[in-house]
Amino acid sequence: MKKLSARRRHPLAAVVVLLLALAATGGLYAAFAPAGTAKADETAQSLAIEEGKKLYSVGCASCHGTGGQGTSDGPSLVGVGSAAVDFQVGTGRMPAQQPGAQVPKKPTIYTQAEIDQLAAYVASLGAGPIKPTEGQYSPDGADIAKGGELFRTNCAQCHNFTGEGGALTYGKYAPSLEDVDPKHLYEAMQTGPQNMPSFPDTTMPEKEKKDIIAYVQAVNSDKSESPGGFKLGGLGPVSEGLFGWVFGLGALIAVAIWVAAHTAKAKKS
Amino acid sequence: MSSQEIPEETLPAGQDTAHGAVKVADDPFADPGLPPHKPRIQDIDERAARRSERAVAFMFTLSMLATVGFIASYVIFPVDKIVFIWPFGHVSALNFALGLTLGAALFFIGAGAVHWARTLMSDVEVADERHPMQATPEVKAKVMADFAAGAAESGMGRRKLIRNTMFGALALVPLSGIVLLRDMGPLPEKKLRSTLWAKGLQLINMNTNEPLRPEDVAVGSLTFAMPEGLSEHDEHFQTEIAKAALMIVRIQPEDIKDKRELEWSHEGIVAFSKICTHVGCPISLYEQQTHHVLCPCHQSTFDLSDGARVIFGPAGHRLPQLRIGVNDKGFLEALGDFDEPVGPAFWERG
Amino acid sequence: MSTVTETKKAPAGERVADWADGRLGIYTLAKANMRKIFPDHWSFMLGEVCLYSFLIIILTGVYLTMFFHPSMNEVEYVGPYVPLQGQLMSEAFNSTMHISFEVRGGLLIRQIHHWAALIFLAGMFVHMMRVFFTGAFRKPREINWLFGFLLFFLGMFTGFTGYSLPDDLLSGTGVRFMQGAILSVPVLGTYLSMFLFGGEFPGGDFVARFYSAHVLLLPGIMLGLVVAHLILVFVHKHTHFAGPGRTNNNVVGMPLLPVYMAKAGGFFFLVFGVIAVIAAIASINPIWAIGPYRPDQVSTGAQPDWYMGFAEGLIRVMPGWEINLWGHTLVLGVMIPLAIFPAVLAAIAVYPFIESWITGDKREHHIAQRPRNAPTRTAFGVAWITAYMIMLVGGGNDLWATHFHLSLNSITWFVRIFFFAGPVIAFIATKRICLGLQRRDKDKVLHGRESGIIKRLPHGEFVEVHQPLSQGELHRLTAHEQYDAAELPPAVDENGVERKIGRMEKLRVKLNKGYYGDDSQIAKPTVEEYKEIQSGHGHH
Repeated sequence: MKKLSARRRHPLAAVVVLLLALAATGGLYAAFAPAGTAKADETAQSLAIEEGKKLYSVGCASCHGTGGQGTSDGPSLVGVGSAAVDFQVGTGRMPAQQPGAQVPKKPTIYTQAEIDQLAAYVASLGAGPIKPTEGQYSPDGADIAKGGELFRTNCAQCHNFTGEGGALTYGKYAPSLEDVDPKHLYEAMQTGPQNMPSFPDTTMPEKEKKDIIAYVQAVNSDKSESPGGFKLGGLGPVSEGLFGWVFGLGALIAVAIWVAAHTAKAKKS
Repeated sequence: MSSQEIPEETLPAGQDTAHGAVKVADDPFADPGLPPHKPRIQDIDERAARRSERAVAFMFTLSMLATVGFIASYVIFPVDKIVFIWPFGHVSALNFALGLTLGAALFFIGAGAVHWARTLMSDVEVADERHPMQATPEVKAKVMADFAAGAAESGMGRRKLIRNTMFGALALVPLSGIVLLRDMGPLPEKKLRSTLWAKGLQLINMNTNEPLRPEDVAVGSLTFAMPEGLSEHDEHFQTEIAKAALMIVRIQPEDIKDKRELEWSHEGIVAFSKICTHVGCPISLYEQQTHHVLCPCHQSTFDLSDGARVIFGPAGHRLPQLRIGVNDKGFLEALGDFDEPVGPAFWERG
Repeated sequence: MSTVTETKKAPAGERVADWADGRLGIYTLAKANMRKIFPDHWSFMLGEVCLYSFLIIILTGVYLTMFFHPSMNEVEYVGPYVPLQGQLMSEAFNSTMHISFEVRGGLLIRQIHHWAALIFLAGMFVHMMRVFFTGAFRKPREINWLFGFLLFFLGMFTGFTGYSLPDDLLSGTGVRFMQGAILSVPVLGTYLSMFLFGGEFPGGDFVARFYSAHVLLLPGIMLGLVVAHLILVFVHKHTHFAGPGRTNNNVVGMPLLPVYMAKAGGFFFLVFGVIAVIAAIASINPIWAIGPYRPDQVSTGAQPDWYMGFAEGLIRVMPGWEINLWGHTLVLGVMIPLAIFPAVLAAIAVYPFIESWITGDKREHHIAQRPRNAPTRTAFGVAWITAYMIMLVGGGNDLWATHFHLSLNSITWFVRIFFFAGPVIAFIATKRICLGLQRRDKDKVLHGRESGIIKRLPHGEFVEVHQPLSQGELHRLTAHEQYDAAELPPAVDENGVERKIGRMEKLRVKLNKGYYGDDSQIAKPTVEEYKEIQSGHGHH
């Protein structure tokens, strides 16, 4: 209680209240709106599944099996849900180019419409996490500081303090989160792609996911502030040490060479 | 050890010749002595010298201007102003301006002084004689005699009783200092052997501060928990969570290789200490497909599907597991404390 | 009074100096030192980089103490940095946030302090290597070498305690590591840990305790060592490289007043200026992005500052050996790296004494050697650096893995193997290179410098014209000393009595061969060789 009253007079309080009100309105809209359209688009949905199945048999079936049951080259897609498809295909990870320790992110080859059709088809194979709506993942009005704390508890161990990424065992890695679409951040937490564990709503409610997304956007986007100057990759002491040696000591040695060098002699005249 | 003296014949010939070796016409390798001083352009051309003078004065002036700029920046830029400066990013205007102006103000004092020294001060090289560190035998003899006299006068050698008691006193007096250190901290006793966990304590989700139900924990998910009753605002929160932090994952029971692990789990939900057994970093880089968990500090790797045994890295023993069950309200609860000390190994751990 | 009779009063400055001389004896001091000679060489200024960055650290550090609260009381953050508002943190962290975001120029001073610390340690490392490779640690400078080494060693711990003070998530992880390492000490471990932290980790005491070590105890000792180090530099006079007129008995260069007053004094401002610019443009230790310490949170890429990276590497690549016997645990996986760390540093610290024992050389040396002319020492130094650098790689194995798309585990295995193999390879390769360079010097002396001019001889052969070297250059290339290798005395002495030769002496002679044997140096060109070849050239 004391905390709240202390912060009520903060200059940003009005802004926070306004943002919260906006978020509440948006959230309410988001909660109701899609359900309405879904009912109206019953036929559109089945059409999308048809289209998705065609795309699937061309692009995915060779590894995941013709019915999504999985093969030795790819896991079963039954029950992974539309969120997983939207993440995997939307970030270009799927279709995979080559086997390796980990499938990397790359430019996506499908349009969002095609991805939606694929997702609809895969979702029809078995119930799973549903692709989130903007109201679910939009970081507007979320608590950045709470997101930071959650990020440090749940995410930083693999993705680094500000989401620069890090190494895992045997060539696997946690990718950088710089400028990742909030939707994809949300879906990754929801579905746990590849070796990443999932953080389902039962243990990390939707609101907390938004807080985390807001934090990642605040500290690791092309707009993020680095008051001290060049952030050196945000990797901590290793890059700082390299910079100190190369540019710090390097510059000082260059200066020392000038200080100690003999001045040019006059040419014999 | 006379053997360590260099025999005369192994010394290189002609080394240690006196300073300013005589130029032996016969020896092409002989030291020709310091070359004659060659003048710089500033030494012979007064215009060049004046150019140097102006350059030095210009640098000192730049430094003055930079100091003015520093003060101006301090006054002008608000402390929270962020500007975009390529290629550094969105940086603090104040920090950037203060640093550059301070840097310039200092650098140009140095650059001016060095340029002055290099172009206008004499650059005639001077030789200075060196003298051996070792004292002459006369000096040494005098010191030894003085010392012997002083030592004899003190009576140290003769009056053994004084000497011995003095040594005794000097040896004992530091003990007071050591005794004073006793209250730096408590004795270890059994403190490291137990944590806050106890039978019947519910597992509280660190994210929501709510007790966890088994159905909340999905296969492939990762959750962190602390014991019921602990709060971030507690005075000893940091010290308690340093031991009690818990990592919860759910593995298909048929994938669990270790029998005891399965027994101590609840329908495949396993709870392990989050504190690495190597040197105590929180370890939670969980790979849900391999069930490996990696420590970000020193890369110890544990297999959570096989009793959390060490499969790589410097950790010496597996992660302690917390035995869990479900209480009558349907929440996950601990069935006791860890059965072994959590965190790094220590002598009394056994 | 004499002043009455004085016709002209001495200038004010002189009168002040007179006053001071009457009390401090400054004229006698100045007589010896005012025109002290310092040789010019860029590598002789590395020590100054260290001295000045140390002064900068003290100056900025004093400023920081005015705002920093060395307390671990938990407070809630209410400052301007939004992503931390409402978070619980220690007062130490909170006050560091205050310095960084609310004190004008506070961030700059913090960054100068930290950058200067990294550069101080890097400077000491390079300075130490310069002294090592030029043999400038030899008599009479062994004690000063030890002072310098102690400064490097204490600098590491001063740095570590300072790095830990803000109580952020990264440094707290480092402190946790230190506590875990202390726990591994047999018998005493748990006691030491409880006493250092005032109870269980992290407790509420360590920031205050590290603070007094960081701002008082360690820098106090270091300041004393720096003064002693400088006094000895003055007393010994600086070494210089051999050259015309530069002998073991003199020092050739510029006088302290005015040239080195301006150059060295100016260099202080240059160093300070460069570090200030670096602090303006490059962020260091952004604790706001790292967050406050919580023992249950961590970030990947958890590394110490570079000077502890070597120890970090040792800890990372060590296999997890642990022995449990009679209810006690011997944590070899932590203890062994903990022992190797000081042992590797000690190896370089005691080297001057080992070398003087092996060579039996008890004379004073004031000529800085060229590294190629001491191949065995140079090879040892390079091997040592190789081991050090490989461990630095090990300390950052996770970042090498992500940035070069390698497997963390493969890098760890690489480091495990090459910590042993790398120095051996480096030793052999360096010695070869040194001998090659000696041969080249010899060729240069005997045949002159390659001029790059190709001449066609009457019978069609193409030759490159070699220009003979000046006498100064000839002297420079032949001024180094060469010893004959030590030999064991004959097994029986002149009276036919069997001589007793100690095992240590046998070892010494063997090692001495490694320094001065035929495989370890190329004989200098002799005057006879030179004359013969030069006269031969005349016949062409």
